[in-house]
Amino acid sequence: MSVAVKLTNVVKRFGELEVLKGVSFEINSGEVVALIGQSGSGKSTALRCINQLETIQGGSIEVCGHRVEDPKLDVRALRRDIGMVFQSYNLFPHMTVAQNIMLALRRVKGMRKDEAYEVAKPVLAKVGLSEKIDSYPEQLSGGQQQRVAIARSLAMQPKVMLFDEVTSALDPKLTGEVLRVMEDLARGGMTMIVVTHEMGFAKRAANRVIYMHTGKVWETGGADILSNPQTPELKEFMAEEL
Amino acid sequence: MFGAFSTNHLIYLLDGLLWTVILSALAFLLGGIAGFFVMLARISRFRWLRRVALVYIQIVQGTPLLIQMFILYFGLGVFGISVPPLAAAGLGMMVYTSSYLGEIWRGAVGSIAKTQFEAAECLGLTRWQALQDVILPQALKIATPPTVGFLVQLVKNTSLASVVGFLELTRAAQVINNSLFQPFLVFGVAAFFYFCVCYPLSAWSRSLERKLNVGRR
Repeated sequence: MSVAVKLTNVVKRFGELEVLKGVSFEINSGEVVALIGQSGSGKSTALRCINQLETIQGGSIEVCGHRVEDPKLDVRALRRDIGMVFQSYNLFPHMTVAQNIMLALRRVKGMRKDEAYEVAKPVLAKVGLSEKIDSYPEQLSGGQQQRVAIARSLAMQPKVMLFDEVTSALDPKLTGEVLRVMEDLARGGMTMIVVTHEMGFAKRAANRVIYMHTGKVWETGGADILSNPQTPELKEFMAEEL
Repeated sequence: MFGAFSTNHLIYLLDGLLWTVILSALAFLLGGIAGFFVMLARISRFRWLRRVALVYIQIVQGTPLLIQMFILYFGLGVFGISVPPLAAAGLGMMVYTSSYLGEIWRGAVGSIAKTQFEAAECLGLTRWQALQDVILPQALKIATPPTVGFLVQLVKNTSLASVVGFLELTRAAQVINNSLFQPFLVFGVAAFFYFCVCYPLSAWSRSLERKLNVGRR
């Protein structure tokens, strides 16, 4: 199995504050990894470093052959290989669902309008929202918006998908519909790094769990570490999550 | 020596009004183009460029427009560069407009959540594409009411061009008053003309604000 994402001793500082204190982990192609931990443990920051939304101060990150910390990195090429979904959906409010999905297909991949539309339709069907193709984001529920955001990302055929607390803004019912889409993706063999508080999702869909604490990888293993934590910190964290 | 206010005077004033409108339009057009670049410089990735733009804005906004026009008109004259009144007034108004519109537009762009930029960049769009397709269309909505509002200031401030000998509405009124000595009447008519241009603009700005606010979330 080939390595899709590899972090080696990554250090990230915001001014004086050291958020990542030498984080290392590897993710293989096709693997689904849940990145868990308290707020402020650095899990979202780690995720954002992977596609260079944050620049790192030390260590190295390799994603599908791109060296992320390399000053000569082609950032657009990196981002073509990575899809990202955010907690706040970040759909473009002035565009319809179709336009949201087609924008990057046209501008980045240079597709014609009709070509892009033909790509948009099946991905939207995949997230179960075919009938919303001409809606504006504000006409959709949070869960629907998030599914469109996933579709928008998927349409670019990324090799790795990053999910940054994508259900944290949703109520349990809407959370369920988004998680189902993600579980489908996971079964389809997508490489996924999922920052989440949904332990149920982690147990069901993740091949591996990485628990971060105070800017370090604290414990890592199969989903079974959630029911059988080795460190007192993870034990305590799991107790709080339930 | 006190003549009566005649149709000729009215036509003279209307002609002045026309030049006021022309100067305003010119300043808005050229100042808007320059202002767009000021806005781009203000949100640039390069620190030095942001600095340069900020210094420019602070100098322009921190000095009276009247002084700027004096410098352009009389100051350049000292160096043997003769500046026609329209050019001096137009250039002065353009600089003034560019700094204010640049700052209004930067504010509008800045009010669009940074996450919109991030989402666009994560999809592989360049910064420029993100600005063009994602940020500017949204910022346009926010920027329109204050931009139209600024237009009112602009129209009124063209009256300062009278001091560099540019024959717009205020200057025309001065010329007539110098012969008629009926300041209440003459300047009253001039004021009415300004109001006729400005009031619809500010009413439009207010209605835009209402309409665009309703559309937001």
